[in-house]
Amino acid sequence: MTSLHWAILAPFLLAILIPFFYKYVRQIHTGWFVLVLPLSLFVFFLQFLPITSNGGVIHETVPWVPSLGINFTVYLDGLSLLFALLISGIGSLVVLYSIYYLSKKTESLNNFYVYLLMFMGAMFGVVISDNLIVLYVFWELTSLASSLLISYWFHREKSTYGAQKSMLITVFGGFSMLGGFSLLYVMTGTFSIREIIEVADVIVTSPLFLPAMILVLLGAFTKSAQFPFHIWLPDAMEAPTPVSAYLHSATMVKAGIYLVARLTPVFGGVAEWFWLVAGFGIVTLCWGSISAVRQKDLKSILAFSTISQLGLIMCLLGLGSASLYYGYGTDTTMYTTATLAAIFHLINHATFKGSLFMTVGIIDHETGTRDIRKLGGLMSIMPITFTISLIGVASMAGLPPFNGFLSKEMFFTGVLNAATLDIFNMETWGLLFPVLAWIASVFTFLYCMIMFFQTFTGEFKEENYDRHVHEAPIGMLISPIILGSLVIIFGFFPNLLSYTLIEPAMAAILPGLLAPNETFYVNIYMWHGFNTELFMTIGVIVVGTLFFLSMKKWAKTAIYLRERDPLNYVYDHSLVWLVKGSTKVTHIQMTGLLRDYFAYMITFLVLMVGYTLYRYNAFTIDTVNVAEISPYMWILTFVFIAATLSIPFINHRITAIIVVGIIGFLLALFFVVFRAPDLALTQLLIETVMVVLLLLAFYHLPELRKEKFTPRFKMTNAVISVAVGVVVTLTALSAYALSHTNNMNPISDFFVENSYDLAGGKNMVNVILVDFRGLDTLLEVLVLGIAALGVVTLIKLRMTGREDV
Amino acid sequence: MKTNNVMLHTITRIVTFIILLFSIYLFFAGHNNPGGGFIGGLMTASALLLMYLTFDMTTIKKALPFNFTHIIASGLLIAILTGVTSMLLGYPFLHQFDDYFNLPLFGEVHLATALPFDLGIYLVVVGIALLIILTIGEDDK
Repeated sequence: MTSLHWAILAPFLLAILIPFFYKYVRQIHTGWFVLVLPLSLFVFFLQFLPITSNGGVIHETVPWVPSLGINFTVYLDGLSLLFALLISGIGSLVVLYSIYYLSKKTESLNNFYVYLLMFMGAMFGVVISDNLIVLYVFWELTSLASSLLISYWFHREKSTYGAQKSMLITVFGGFSMLGGFSLLYVMTGTFSIREIIEVADVIVTSPLFLPAMILVLLGAFTKSAQFPFHIWLPDAMEAPTPVSAYLHSATMVKAGIYLVARLTPVFGGVAEWFWLVAGFGIVTLCWGSISAVRQKDLKSILAFSTISQLGLIMCLLGLGSASLYYGYGTDTTMYTTATLAAIFHLINHATFKGSLFMTVGIIDHETGTRDIRKLGGLMSIMPITFTISLIGVASMAGLPPFNGFLSKEMFFTGVLNAATLDIFNMETWGLLFPVLAWIASVFTFLYCMIMFFQTFTGEFKEENYDRHVHEAPIGMLISPIILGSLVIIFGFFPNLLSYTLIEPAMAAILPGLLAPNETFYVNIYMWHGFNTELFMTIGVIVVGTLFFLSMKKWAKTAIYLRERDPLNYVYDHSLVWLVKGSTKVTHIQMTGLLRDYFAYMITFLVLMVGYTLYRYNAFTIDTVNVAEISPYMWILTFVFIAATLSIPFINHRITAIIVVGIIGFLLALFFVVFRAPDLALTQLLIETVMVVLLLLAFYHLPELRKEKFTPRFKMTNAVISVAVGVVVTLTALSAYALSHTNNMNPISDFFVENSYDLAGGKNMVNVILVDFRGLDTLLEVLVLGIAALGVVTLIKLRMTGREDV
Repeated sequence: MKTNNVMLHTITRIVTFIILLFSIYLFFAGHNNPGGGFIGGLMTASALLLMYLTFDMTTIKKALPFNFTHIIASGLLIAILTGVTSMLLGYPFLHQFDDYFNLPLFGEVHLATALPFDLGIYLVVVGIALLIILTIGEDDK
């Protein structure tokens, strides 16, 4: 366990302590205790900057399930560090902001911070893990934690709806991704990303390459809200604003971006990856920006804006992957610009979108509404919020001198370069990229203007608000002020980031392009001359302003009035069908009769085992080695059979219980005869407890009545039961015979030899239970515990729903 | 049950004590002889069960004021924590350590981390058996 492992686990450990802080230190806001962690982690991660910016990586392994290739391996390079800094840095600011946003008197802060810390730890796990399975576990944990956060105000129906939606969509993607990871394992024999990258040129030729890529991309696209999976993100805006700022601008939705960037060396350089990533990216960019214009709620505008910006980054990553096709050379520098722009915009987006979410949260908190039709004239009342919003919006719209301008210019450079590509059929379709990018930028500019002017300019109408509107307290403003300052700082001094963060991250996304000891040439200028990009920007501003000025004319059109994304209908309908379909399937299978379930299970078992025996031609009966059967055993067996056969003819329940008990005790006797005292003891005790239990429940059981069954039903049952007996007996006999003929070493030899040496116990059964197969035992008692809780909920609480044990 | 069955009560008092002692012996003997957490737990459960059958519910509840749900939870926690501890020391989950120690009074004793794990199993088994039986037994609807 290295310090990096602990850094991933630290949030989870702190989460355990949160309820205590919340309960016993009521006078201090729980957030202050939480704040310490992301701050110290931020400082902790900063110390790795010199290492990664010199091309170094940190790689440490803690074995987890080494036999399956699953190890808790941390791998920190430029890309991971960039994300780790984002998660901890924005995390600190968000926690600070939430201290003022969530009141310690009325909110259940313990829930909030436990979820938040869980989420933070899971995010660290996603970006620092090298092992795909570990990454997947943390990935699903982010889905889980985020849906808990979205449904934080769970009494609101919309919150739970949004949480369920995000969960269904992202977990669906997560499952596909797991399938993709498994295919990668099939192709390469390893779960380690680093090792997969080493053999990347081999897997390209595999027939599984394309399915694996599509499955992994499904995971990334659902997480990063790419078209058409983006519909969960606007509904996720029901979460408290600090959550929106954190999850939906800086961290969770960027996990998909991270995954695409991380796996670019594996899949990149082929046409399918290029077209899928860049294509879905640019469609999402356009769709998101057009939808954002239609929104009337400030947070919804930001949600769609985030969707479109994520599409932008995704598109750039796709375009940048083309450089892997060319390999190392002078041409590639031209195409790596796209990757550079992606990383740069990723950082910029986190800063300006984070600050914008926070200012929107302030507006919501102080005015009680986020509806732009109600808001207006806040400029003079909330001057600081106004200033921060101005910076954020201008950056989002891509205006100089803010950082958004720089990354948008590089985005234009990237799409213009793409138009000159002559691979992957780009000769014919290449021009689409700059055109679509330009259209999307116009809409981006337009919604920025709508959002900004509708909120802050115009007439202030006091009667629109149900509370006294004033500027937010200073503590709430600190975080957005810091983020806003970063927007300006990165705008004026973008090269602060280039050597420390952007270059190492690029090197991680596009490995093998550089000669040893060479770095990517990253130099970002505010003024880059009168070139196409600049004219495109001017065009965006002119057309966008014209659109905005003529808003009254087209504001009444149907497209503008439709707020809800049409794709939501697809989701809602498929949800209805899912419920209907599963009800149908369940009705076939779940009849409510125990004997049907038994019949299904046992039939399946018999068919599987019988087929396997038949398929491998394993029926053998060997009578030579069978030991002699003593008369005592004959008697036991006879009583056993007689007792079993008598059960169907018993009409009294109490007699039936006693006979079943007899069978159980006889079984214990068999164990005694075959010298298995542990099993005999267990069997005896279990039987005793079971009989007591049956007698206790006796009072509640209905009268045994003569049931009339059709002969066909009886026949089926008889066939099933005879089949079970035959198959089990045959299996046992064959196994016995095979162990003699094939010179097989039974596993018991291993336990006999090693139970004392390895586990220090002389009782083999117990050693198997607590040591060799300790995990089985643990999970078995866990299952038992769940069953016991089930009994309690069924009987004692008589739950009607919405209750807790 | 209103009748006051002196014989039954007296014998139960003695027998329960013996069974409980035996269950503790079984629990500790488990690693080298028949026994262990699962069997010990069942034995304890049956001893307590005998008490429940003999005396009425309220008396026992006064004598044994345990919440069996909590016992299940703490048993699971103990078992899991034993596994996690070995992880913290850099070994795989549930790695077992054992060694011989010279303790006062007991002489040379063989201690293994399987013991706390088994204790967890023991608690879970006791908790589950009693929880299920009491829940069904108390149910009067």
